[in-house]
Amino acid sequence: MVARLRAPGLLRGAWAFVVGIAFCFGLTTLIRALYGFQPLVDADAITIVALIGAPLFFLVGIGAFDYWFYWAAGRPTRAEDHSGHGARTWRDYFRVNTDHKVIGIQYTVTSFFFLLVGGVLAMLMRAELARPGMQFVDSDTFNGLFSVHASLLIFLFVIPVFAGLANFVLPLMIGAPDMAFPRLNALSYWLLPIAGIMMMASFLVPGGSFATGWTAYAPLSTEAPLGQLFFTVAVQFAGASSVATALNFLVTIITMRAPGMSFWRMPLLVWANFSTSLLVVIATPFIAASQFLVLLDRALGFNFFQAGHGGDVLSYQHIFWFYSHPAVYIMMLPGFGIISEILAVKARKPIFGYRMMAFSLLAIVLLGFTVWAHHMFVSGMQPWIRVPMMITTAIIAVPTGIKVFSWLATLWRGVLHLDTPMLFALGFLTMFVLGGISGVMLAMIPIVIHVSDSYFVVAHIHYVLFGGSLFTIFAGVYYWFPKMTGRMYDETLGKIHFWMTFIGFNLTFGPMHVIGLQGMPRRVADYADKFAGWNLFISIASFIVGLSTLVFVYNMVASWRHGPRAEANPWRALTLEWQVSSPPPIFNFDTVPTVVGGPYEYGVPGAVHGVFKKAPEPKPAAAGSVASATHPGVE
Amino acid sequence: MLIIGALASAIGIAVSLAINWFPVAADSQARQIDNLYDVLLIVSVPIFVLVEVVVLFSVWKFRMRPGEELKDGPPIHGNTTLEVIWTAVPAILLVGLCSYAYVVLTQIERRPAHEMVVNVTAQQFAWSFEYPGAGPGGKSITSDQLYLAKGRPVEFHVRSKDVIHDFWVPEFRLKIDAVPGITTKYRINPTRTGDYSVVCAELCGLGHAAMRQTAHVLPRASFQAWVSRQGSAATAAAEVGGQPS
Repeated sequence: MVARLRAPGLLRGAWAFVVGIAFCFGLTTLIRALYGFQPLVDADAITIVALIGAPLFFLVGIGAFDYWFYWAAGRPTRAEDHSGHGARTWRDYFRVNTDHKVIGIQYTVTSFFFLLVGGVLAMLMRAELARPGMQFVDSDTFNGLFSVHASLLIFLFVIPVFAGLANFVLPLMIGAPDMAFPRLNALSYWLLPIAGIMMMASFLVPGGSFATGWTAYAPLSTEAPLGQLFFTVAVQFAGASSVATALNFLVTIITMRAPGMSFWRMPLLVWANFSTSLLVVIATPFIAASQFLVLLDRALGFNFFQAGHGGDVLSYQHIFWFYSHPAVYIMMLPGFGIISEILAVKARKPIFGYRMMAFSLLAIVLLGFTVWAHHMFVSGMQPWIRVPMMITTAIIAVPTGIKVFSWLATLWRGVLHLDTPMLFALGFLTMFVLGGISGVMLAMIPIVIHVSDSYFVVAHIHYVLFGGSLFTIFAGVYYWFPKMTGRMYDETLGKIHFWMTFIGFNLTFGPMHVIGLQGMPRRVADYADKFAGWNLFISIASFIVGLSTLVFVYNMVASWRHGPRAEANPWRALTLEWQVSSPPPIFNFDTVPTVVGGPYEYGVPGAVHGVFKKAPEPKPAAAGSVASATHPGVE
Repeated sequence: MLIIGALASAIGIAVSLAINWFPVAADSQARQIDNLYDVLLIVSVPIFVLVEVVVLFSVWKFRMRPGEELKDGPPIHGNTTLEVIWTAVPAILLVGLCSYAYVVLTQIERRPAHEMVVNVTAQQFAWSFEYPGAGPGGKSITSDQLYLAKGRPVEFHVRSKDVIHDFWVPEFRLKIDAVPGITTKYRINPTRTGDYSVVCAELCGLGHAAMRQTAHVLPRASFQAWVSRQGSAATAAAEVGGQPS
């Protein structure tokens, strides 16, 4: 029994968590006693300290820090015998595991759990909005619903699910045995459920959950009840997870590519995650800072954002959006990568304009940092900032347009395999254009003055994040499902899922453009009677989307358990992850592959991307010259 | 395919312009904003149609047919001319649109000759409106409804007592945040009489959804009558210590 309590795992995590709460209780009360504060025991203060402290105890408990502590203390570290690699039973997914494939699945499944929670919250909102007036929830609960909905889906679904898919696929794609820092990788995963559970737990707090939107504008957030701090602190954990993973990806991509895998032979998914990781590493500290400032304002009265006390209200928005606009690209670029993989494979053609595809990603990274204030056109900031921000915002559509047109050209004269991943990829292509068009409209200052904070914006972000990101995520999950699970999904159910989602999505979010322009503000539980018809329509349509998710979940669970065994390479793809068994061997490659050509040489007779025999000359330079001699036409 | 695309674009533009997107235009600014929106639609529809037509045509023409399971497409890696075109054309288009938007912006924000100032104060969860110096003897008038005169330009000075709110009258196409600690400004020229909703567009807490009041645009004479009524009411109210409605 004692041995079980001492062994790293969820059990030790649980008692460490309790110890952590006790420690935070003691620490807070001690400090209050030393300062002579009354009352000595203050539930608010203890909760705030415990929000930060107790999760750290939990992480130590489950063993995320064991190796580093042994090493730092000079005790003999247990040499990695890789016994923790791979997952033999489902229980192995509930342990600290350093295998990137296990972590990839942990990430993906956890994120999808939060997608379902976020989706249920959306259904509750649509039920309330089906008729004007208040029916099911009070307005405080409603404000909580959309705040937690957005926060979960942004910080616990879209951002981490991309990290999860890339965690599984990316090391395989570049021919690496694992990520560069496997222990850091495990730690980044375990930070995630902490953030998600914290956000959900905020509903149980006296005063209700955080209810200031995912934007948490000060000074509304600095005066909000205790639930607000569950957001403030959860964002720190989710952000730390994001940054650690991004660093891991960067180092992995830069240092662990297989021989012959030059940057210009990397699949575009790798390029996309390289670009995304740059964005994450540079931008995420800004949202961390913005929430720390809110925490200090709320808990300790620092008055960063209190107008009457020398604070500056608008600075919150600048700091917040300096992260949160690039975050839009953090939530989109990995999807661009997924689409590039799928379109090339499913159209049986090389991706059109490979180098421009990579350069446009980097252009988006750069431009992404120059547009943040377009969220603030009506905020009362210095008026002159608006015009340069309008121009950069419009110009960022150019690299995005390059990608869309290149994908269209990739389809042209191909042999299109219209299965579920391809349908979602094409659905993405058609819907994302609409999101892009309303995005350009939202760059134009006179339009924004009318539509900002209206349902037009709600429509736009859902066309970008649902029709955009979520469609790419579904495409990617179906595409790599055979590789991740070793089984095939059900094609018919996949197609039903696609059509229900596609139709339900358009019926839900299309009309929101109209009611937004007509004057319905967002984030309201009640609205003027003239919007009643459209809102009822939208609510009914949104339930189609809700139902479609059940089809997806059933397909995934049933196929994972009983689906037919998948071959190593069911799509006849050239990239390296498909050249190993499904699921891949514990160390990915029994022989280190040598990359001899581009990743998308479909239609080139006899072309291969990587070979598994010992290269005659292992020097990358030599391999490069071989490739350019074989394929002089590589763009 | 070109013909289908051109036809679909024409129909798309016609339909999108026929849709009644906006509420009525109640000031001179609204018309220019609506025109800008129409221009954006005219530019956007062909781009959307282009993408859809190519996707649908490819799905129809290039889909895998039985027996082609192992067939690959031609190895086309790129085409520099095409890539230059689809970089340059959107860039030029966007710069053009931005220039037009800039022109509209300067026009709708231009300062008119005689304008009235209305102080708008937001608090959780109500608006109040003050007309400095409009009453008899240079006194100020306060009201919980917004009254404006048709054809009389007005500049709103917007303030907040607590958190951020947002002053929005959709019929004016007007919106500006009410920010604690600073005064934000916006000007309009009402051109249509009627009653319109004043909406709070920035989440401001529990009562955010209910923070709706009314803006009345009156003919000049009625507005003057309202002002003088308010003036006498304020005097009377001051005597009895009540609050005018």
